[in-house]
Amino acid sequence: MNIDAFWIIFTGALVAICCSLLGCFLILRRMAMVGDAISHAVLPGIVLAFLFSGSREIWTMLIGAAALGVVCTFLIEFLHKKVNVQADASIGVTFTWLFALGIILISVYAGQVDLDQDCVLYGEIAYVPLDIWLTESGMNLGPRTVWIMGGVMLVILLFISLFYKELYLTSFDPAFAAAIGISTTLWYYLLMGAVSLTTVAAFESVGAILVVALMVGPPATAYLLTDNLKKMLVISAVLGIVSSAAGFYLALWLNGSVAGAISVVIGVQFTLAFVFSPTHGLISRRRTSSPGRTNLPKEDTTTIEPAL
Amino acid sequence: MIQHVTDPVLEVHDLTVSYQRKPVLWDVDLTLPKQALVGVIGPNGAGKSTLIKAVMGLLPLNSGYVELFGKPLNEVRRKVSYVPQRESVDWDFPASALDVAMMGTYGQLGLFKRPGSREKKLAMEALEKVGMQDFANRQISQLSGGQQQRVFLSRALAQDADLYLMDEPFAGVDIATETAIIELLRQMRDAGKTVVVVHHDLQSAQDYFDWIILLNMRLVASGPTAQTLTPALLEKTYGGRLTELSRVSELLHKQNFPIRETKPTRKK
Amino acid sequence: MNALWEFLSMSDANVRFVTIGSVLLAASSAVVGCFTVLRKRALVGDAVAHAVLPGVCLAFILTGEKNPLILLLGSFITGWLSLIVIDAITAHSRIKEDTAIGLVLSVFFGVGILFLTSIQHSGNENQSGLDKFLFGSAAALVGQDLITFGAVAVLLLLSVLLLYKEFKLLSFDTAYARTLGMPVRGLELLLTTLTVLAVVVGIQSVGVVLMSAMLITPAAAARFWTDRLGAMVLIAATMSAFCGAAGAFVSFTAPAMPTGPWIVMLLSLLAILSFTLAPRKGLLARYLLQRRVRRQMTRENILKTLFQLGEGKGEYQHSYSKEQILERRQQPLLRMKDGLQTLCRQGLIQKNASGWALTESGKKEAQRVVRLHRLWELYLTQYLQVASDHVHEDAESIEHVLTPELEKRLEELLDYPTADPHQTSIPQQP
Repeated sequence: MNIDAFWIIFTGALVAICCSLLGCFLILRRMAMVGDAISHAVLPGIVLAFLFSGSREIWTMLIGAAALGVVCTFLIEFLHKKVNVQADASIGVTFTWLFALGIILISVYAGQVDLDQDCVLYGEIAYVPLDIWLTESGMNLGPRTVWIMGGVMLVILLFISLFYKELYLTSFDPAFAAAIGISTTLWYYLLMGAVSLTTVAAFESVGAILVVALMVGPPATAYLLTDNLKKMLVISAVLGIVSSAAGFYLALWLNGSVAGAISVVIGVQFTLAFVFSPTHGLISRRRTSSPGRTNLPKEDTTTIEPAL
Repeated sequence: MIQHVTDPVLEVHDLTVSYQRKPVLWDVDLTLPKQALVGVIGPNGAGKSTLIKAVMGLLPLNSGYVELFGKPLNEVRRKVSYVPQRESVDWDFPASALDVAMMGTYGQLGLFKRPGSREKKLAMEALEKVGMQDFANRQISQLSGGQQQRVFLSRALAQDADLYLMDEPFAGVDIATETAIIELLRQMRDAGKTVVVVHHDLQSAQDYFDWIILLNMRLVASGPTAQTLTPALLEKTYGGRLTELSRVSELLHKQNFPIRETKPTRKK
Repeated sequence: MNALWEFLSMSDANVRFVTIGSVLLAASSAVVGCFTVLRKRALVGDAVAHAVLPGVCLAFILTGEKNPLILLLGSFITGWLSLIVIDAITAHSRIKEDTAIGLVLSVFFGVGILFLTSIQHSGNENQSGLDKFLFGSAAALVGQDLITFGAVAVLLLLSVLLLYKEFKLLSFDTAYARTLGMPVRGLELLLTTLTVLAVVVGIQSVGVVLMSAMLITPAAAARFWTDRLGAMVLIAATMSAFCGAAGAFVSFTAPAMPTGPWIVMLLSLLAILSFTLAPRKGLLARYLLQRRVRRQMTRENILKTLFQLGEGKGEYQHSYSKEQILERRQQPLLRMKDGLQTLCRQGLIQKNASGWALTESGKKEAQRVVRLHRLWELYLTQYLQVASDHVHEDAESIEHVLTPELEKRLEELLDYPTADPHQTSIPQQP
């Protein structure tokens, strides 16, 4: 394995860890599609950030663009709650609008912005090793993206480990959380903020689609493998890392996009779990089609947290 | 028949609550005594759950205020425990019975502190009280409806509160669980707690509760069971809605009228 | 400006075809989209749109050419497959629908991207233009493509027209449709097939990524203008057709621009306009209604205050100054001034040297409000057992809402009362 391959896989793994950890909470809150919406909606923020500041002050840029993700969730809720647009339609209207805005900005400022339309979708993780961070004395610190993603991962890890119990409780039973004085709105927006930050940081290297794949895929697979949230977090992070390594080699073999290949591996992982999971797989369900299971009524698929 | 008590555990003062801009509870005034097992009774859509949610601050109030132990909710949150309806959560959630029971201790833990062995012990004791200690590590989706309800109760017990508000704890549970739960609630009452239960079944209400709240969009009665579960009051509660009230609710909703001209104010 | 003129004149046959094509594609996806949105399956359309990409690429890999029929077939197959997979995942595991949609969407699209990039790197000369499927390009619609996709769009519109009644019932109440003996399963299947077809043809103009907007946005916007399905479908189709034509124009003037984002941007702006300006449901209409209600309440409160000021002495048409009114009833000064002026204009009060006084008709109006207030107070105490010291605040707002019909009903119920719970007399109807 050469050093470039290492950096690419390493970046993929960092992105995978951030996305899949947050994704666990997203899918448990039935908000996978809100995650999808955010991953598209941050685009105009990223383009503007590129336009205005080049690569100076990377963190202000990141946070500025991430703010747009939070604005997107706010808009979705505003449309749903205040304007009375149907929940799923408000998601669909909001993110396509913001994404279209982003693409238009890219085409209008094609000369000034180092982003092209395709890259927005599937990123250019293969270029990660090219953008090296050199200190003033000329020391090679490795690819810039790795540092950024590493920083974001630290933030996410801190966020989840420090506030695990708040995230856990507000995801499981918001009414009880509110009753004991934990603000569901606050934690909802903090989680969305974390999702936005991750998306923005990961965007350049892996694009919108892989962010969604990593946010939904590994958590969904892990959800079929365990009944413990802590284990689910660990398993999905591991699955994410595995998929980024396997995806890299698959892409090499097929001479295609790394991001695309990683999503393919994610799909394979899920299919395997879906069929063979010892507890929740197709086969074990067939065998023990348990009559004692409680069939609670299925609720609305897209839930939006109470806020505003 | 609305009986008030002095030094109440819960005081609801001129409470009006609406759901999606339609008032569902009008001008409710009630007080509850200490050390009582209270049943909230009324037909579907009478606002029983709404009352409990409003007390817990989960719904905005159009008018009036709620006081617990003579103080606003925020000052006494730890002494109040809430058991939501069982259907309100996703039982496929990756959590064990012990995890759920442990959530009862979160309120006292504060922002950064993580639950440790003390909290685990509290949660185990709570599970024991509801007879679920053998299922502590069982995933919650593998429990029966009655067992899930017991787990919910244990979470409230782990909170060790003085006032318990329970939304339909007997919905969808087997008779054995129902008897066990009511026995537990009686013990709690005898230990000096007040337990408020939203309940559906009139037959059992007679035996279960020593104080009854009859609701149907408004408070029909609140008082000791013998004086409230009378044919006349039940007829008033179940004998159809007050059409004028529903009509006004409708109008308020349709014409976008404010339900109250002024924001609710606290007691002067 | 010249370009616009040239475009509008449609003198160029090519422009004509592309425009007609785009309009048809956009309108047909909007029509089908209405049903998708009403059946709360809006985001499923998003998944189908993304799942079309691997189909297109596979069809190309297998045949090596860009025959529109084959590409259409390929995308149709994977589009359908994605729906089957979503249903299978939700039916046979504990994965919830939103997760299944997100998973299928990203994995199918990932497969498509892998194929697409792989084809691009393979050096096949024929492949150029496949990436147009990502963001759409109306200008690329020429010759056989246009005929094929146009035909499908017409087919779509025709089937919706023919089965309009059935689809309407299906979207409104599936269970009821079943009791009527309709082949619900078959209709659902057909509607889903139409959705997939709409996506397949729609991506020609907006591309895979933004296709869901073509289904969702016009439907969501049209919903604000009407409560009738027929009108909703028409409005959505018109909006969409207009934006489709605009997309063709963008493609015509700036071939390098992707058309999809422009169409979606226009559609979104139309939607935002609809959300704000639509009568009755729009934000602005609701705000105005609220303001009207608030002003009416202020006016009625002023009348009531003037009436109450005179009630003690029985001199109802005495004049009172602003300060006296305010002393009796706290309210924002500006709002009160505005209310006083309007009341003057309506001839309900008169201004004179010492302030304002009720006119004869003003007194009647004031009496009506006071009457309603006290009737409602009495109703609350008698029928709701509300303590008499708690009824005032409630009646303060309800007095403005009560209709004459309710007033009559209350009178009957309370047996034509003459005094309210505070033993003040209830003014009688003249």
